[in-house]
Amino acid sequence: MKFLCVDCDRQMAFEERQLPGDGTLAATFKCPTCGRTVAMLTNPMETQLVSSLGVEIGGRTVPAQPLETVRKMVATGREDAFDEGGEPRGHAAEPNGSLSWSPEAQERLARVPNFVRGMVKRIYADYAKERGIAQITPAVMDTARAELGLEGM
Amino acid sequence: MPPIRTYHDLTDADRSGLSEQIGAQRKRVAERLAKVGRVIAVMSGKGGVGKSYVTAHLARALARSGRATGVLDADLNGPTIPRLLGIDHSPLPTSPNGIEPAKGADGVKCISMAMLLDDGAPLAFKGPSAESFVWRGAMEASALRELLGDVAWGSLDTLLLDLPPGMQRYVELCDILGAPPAVLTVTIPTAESGDAVRRAMRAAVERGSRLLGIVENMVGEQFPGTAGDDLAREFAVPVLARIPWHPTPDTWDGLGGRV
Repeated sequence: MKFLCVDCDRQMAFEERQLPGDGTLAATFKCPTCGRTVAMLTNPMETQLVSSLGVEIGGRTVPAQPLETVRKMVATGREDAFDEGGEPRGHAAEPNGSLSWSPEAQERLARVPNFVRGMVKRIYADYAKERGIAQITPAVMDTARAELGLEGM
Repeated sequence: MPPIRTYHDLTDADRSGLSEQIGAQRKRVAERLAKVGRVIAVMSGKGGVGKSYVTAHLARALARSGRATGVLDADLNGPTIPRLLGIDHSPLPTSPNGIEPAKGADGVKCISMAMLLDDGAPLAFKGPSAESFVWRGAMEASALRELLGDVAWGSLDTLLLDLPPGMQRYVELCDILGAPPAVLTVTIPTAESGDAVRRAMRAAVERGSRLLGIVENMVGEQFPGTAGDDLAREFAVPVLARIPWHPTPDTWDGLGGRV
């Protein structure tokens, strides 16, 4: 899908993606010549179709995780399907590393279904590590969620 | 208004990079399978002919002969391979490198949706239920891609893919792999089975798959017919095995030696 500014005959450039949380998606595109901005709004079914392909409009915000689509999208996954203990020592998600989780953040993480929890934990930890954040708090999780577009996580 | 340029006329770099994302997915699969000697799709186009049963026992026979073997249960909605390989539901070790496959009878590595779903639960996806037919196929194809590319198969001589009835999963597989896999066909002796399997084999030939041969399953008085021989003659491929109702390990070892 591409957008053309008809007046300028220029391909519009992707600007921003927003996931309001109701299953829809908004993406804005801007004409490099005249600056006009348009928003593409997709309904839940269209948004789901994009998610089904395992791609993200606006580009990937986090590296692909193992079984990412399955873990994000399967509704009937078993709680004990994965053993996250296989993470190498020293990985950012390791509790004994330099990164810590506040009790509130741990509580919030515990509410994430186990089927997807390990993957979510790793994404938040990598986010914090890349930004030099020493402790993950609910505020950090909120910021990461908004910046990375972690809808459904 | 002058004619508007077409999609293909617009070639500016796209920050979404959707084609690059798709390319990265395929590269991930290719890299994962680089250490797999051969990928064989076990298919029939007909339900109830014993594809999974044949796949599991063929895998065990290959493993017993010293060949590192894995099975990907591509029947996402009716997975049965773990039970056939005696695999329980122990959690699968996970790391950023991928998901470790389970190990079943005779050391066969295996991944199956049965290991990931609640006991007895159907494969259901989050998302809008209205018009789910539009996206469900794409979701299942993505799941198949991830089972291929995100499982740490390691070095394998053979990876068997147990396909569900019908042709959809085979077509998805060709797209994901970027090349058609070799195909092993399973039929029962009846003419009805032969009719369905013929269509599947024809589709596989048209896609460019190499037909390895036919396994005729459930051979005995219960299912009279000559579907195996008929299909073998028509497609110029061998009948690799005729599996009786009560096969012995020798039956499977014989098949393993011919695949």
